[in-house]
Amino acid sequence: MSAVILPAAARRSGRIDPVRLLRALLPALALALMLGVIFSQQPRAMSYVGLTLLLNLSIPVILATLAQLCVITVNDLDLSVGSFVGLCACIAATLLKDTPLLGVVALAAAIAAYALVGALIQWRDLPSIVVTLGLSFIWTGIAVLILPTPGGRAPEYLTAIMKWKPDFVPLPILYAVALALILHWVMRSSFGTMLRGAGGNPKAMGNAGWSLLRARVTLYLMAGGLGALSGLALVGLTTSGDANMALRYTLMSIAGVILGGGEFTGGRVNPIGAVLGAMTLTLAGSFLTFMHIPPDWQIGAQGAILIIVLALRAVLNRAEERS
Amino acid sequence: MSGDATALRLDDVRKSFGAVRALAGVSLAIARGERLGLVGHNGAGKSTLMHVLAGVLRPDTGTIATEGGAVADYGTAVAGRLGVRCVFQELSLCPNLTVAENVRVPHPSLRGWGWRRRAARLILDRLDTIFAGHGIDPGETVADLALGRRQMVEIARAFTVTDTPLRLVILDEPTSSLDATAAEQLLNFLRHANQHGVATVFISHILPEVLAAAERVVVMREGLVVLDRPARELTRRAIVQSMGAEDEHPGAHGAGAGKVRSGRADRATQPPAVLARSGGGTDLVAKKGDIVGLAGLAGHGQSTMLLRVFDAWGRKDPSTVVESPVALVPGDRQSDGVFPLWSISRNISIRSLATLRRGGLIDPARERTLAATWRERIGIRTPDMDNGILSLSGGNQQKALFARALASDAGIILMDDPMRGVDISTKSEVYRFIRAESERGRTFLWYSTEMEELFHCDRVYVFHENRIVAHLPRAEMTEAAILRASYAEAEEVA
Repeated sequence: MSAVILPAAARRSGRIDPVRLLRALLPALALALMLGVIFSQQPRAMSYVGLTLLLNLSIPVILATLAQLCVITVNDLDLSVGSFVGLCACIAATLLKDTPLLGVVALAAAIAAYALVGALIQWRDLPSIVVTLGLSFIWTGIAVLILPTPGGRAPEYLTAIMKWKPDFVPLPILYAVALALILHWVMRSSFGTMLRGAGGNPKAMGNAGWSLLRARVTLYLMAGGLGALSGLALVGLTTSGDANMALRYTLMSIAGVILGGGEFTGGRVNPIGAVLGAMTLTLAGSFLTFMHIPPDWQIGAQGAILIIVLALRAVLNRAEERS
Repeated sequence: MSGDATALRLDDVRKSFGAVRALAGVSLAIARGERLGLVGHNGAGKSTLMHVLAGVLRPDTGTIATEGGAVADYGTAVAGRLGVRCVFQELSLCPNLTVAENVRVPHPSLRGWGWRRRAARLILDRLDTIFAGHGIDPGETVADLALGRRQMVEIARAFTVTDTPLRLVILDEPTSSLDATAAEQLLNFLRHANQHGVATVFISHILPEVLAAAERVVVMREGLVVLDRPARELTRRAIVQSMGAEDEHPGAHGAGAGKVRSGRADRATQPPAVLARSGGGTDLVAKKGDIVGLAGLAGHGQSTMLLRVFDAWGRKDPSTVVESPVALVPGDRQSDGVFPLWSISRNISIRSLATLRRGGLIDPARERTLAATWRERIGIRTPDMDNGILSLSGGNQQKALFARALASDAGIILMDDPMRGVDISTKSEVYRFIRAESERGRTFLWYSTEMEELFHCDRVYVFHENRIVAHLPRAEMTEAAILRASYAEAEEVA
């Protein structure tokens, strides 16, 4: 895994600066450490099947985290991504299965609604937290209307995509690498650079003649698309839907972006780090089980892991400021 | 080079912000390849003019034209297409992007395969031309660069060219964060830039720089062009003189002028209410009942001095002695003045909560009385003091902030350019009030960027580069003297 990350991390700084390098590698190191402990406790996890089982559920989390990353790029925060993933999962388990055309239209409408919300936030200068918090109830409400009780069935092709067994590389790792590279490339492209610029110094971008409305709408559109993909992936894995199945994703996605080296403001995001962060967070549960920590303590311990990694980053930041 | 081709022409451009007239009819033609220097004191309209040129602000009336005639709908996009670039005073780089990535911001055509490499080559070429030996790596994130280097990148970026030829580059205080070497390199470059037909507008407070960089100097005052002449016919002294009025008689200005202040003589023997030592330079001293003005160009250390005095109350700091409680009237209402969600009376009482307490809680009756008293005394125009503070006009909000400071136990009132954007009638009411309060023994330290306001003070300290460069008692206060000191001309000219 870390072989993929290293060149990107090294490229971030012109000269090799040990502190900056360490900070860039922090998400990868956290994941490697966690995997290392799991493997030492349970060597059989270090296999094709073991890794697939361990990381399967990280795919929808990764997609939700990348959706959050798009929103954080323009200094916003999306508190509705979890319920949106749940809604898309419910659409996939009902409409998409029974009336495919209607299902596709419903998903497209949901994504378009995301873009619209982005436009509204830019146009009226609204706080994104408030808007998306309200929106989260709307998403869950619609999801409950579509699927009042847990159930439904995933379309076969979704299950097939998520249960596919490629040669050599476990599926979740293949998807994670592909997603990380695609988003990394998008954000580094000439187009993505201007999107990040809109988060870094909106006033200057506006003065230079770039449309902030277009930037925000684009990013919200990307977030909506990734959120919908997350819902599809989740249904493909679990084979049935539930309106509340992904509520945890909201906070996990925020934590994943931050864990991966992103910042809440200033357009500083790191897609590769965010993917690693999402994997680390999904693994944390299994990691604690392997460490024989009783389930009662697991949520607290998950929080502790997050705090430790973020504290390390704060220490590295300060070390860099001093040098 | 060819003097007749116009790069950009403004005809009778006017722009007002509320009651404040920033541009009162400016006509200005900039020829191709011309180097224009633009100077003026605080609030003369330079910034507004440059924002109009950059297309950021639309003028209320007037036209902007090129050699092809008037340009309709002149905005940032049009300005970009015409090849007009700006180096703004507040840096306009995206700190989260690399140097090369920032080059794409003014160049939408930098795209497709290898755009990053092309951008890096562009900016490196310009950096090498202007600031030889700059040591900047185009792959470095801007946030990691020191301020001086960011400014270099910003300047170099303005001179990069892709598909549209450069017509005009406006530089607003470009040397403010450059070191001496880099500033010299920039001036050198500007003297040669015109050879490619690129006109430059150079805005600076450092007059020798303007005289070195520009071939024509335009002086602005109160939103008008008051002087427009070739640089070689000008001296620093002539420029400073044109900025203010002629040397009038000292103390001829202002409301309180000529009035004999009671108790003037015995004040000299009093111990100072405020004493800020400067170690070598002029100390700032204010006696009880003094109205002391802090003058000079904006951002030369006046606000810092006010904060220093503010912090010194109640502390044993030998370099700053403050003898009485302090209250501050901020100038930037929105960011450090009002509590926007609170009522007017709460906004006023916040500084005096200690006296309003009963049993650990705020006594609403006393708070109401306090608010009612000050509504009466300072004349806040509102039907109800329990209305939100934002229901007031800007001038009345500022009055509420004055009431907050004056209602407190503070004997020393610090004013951080509090009259910005306040209408004339409110201003004169407040001036009267300040005078009355000083008669009661309150001390005022008053930083103002408006020349006229300073003449309401008993004496003025002029700041330059965080130092006090002149102390002008009432008898020596003239607009010309203050201007000379602001531009650090006092030593040579006086």
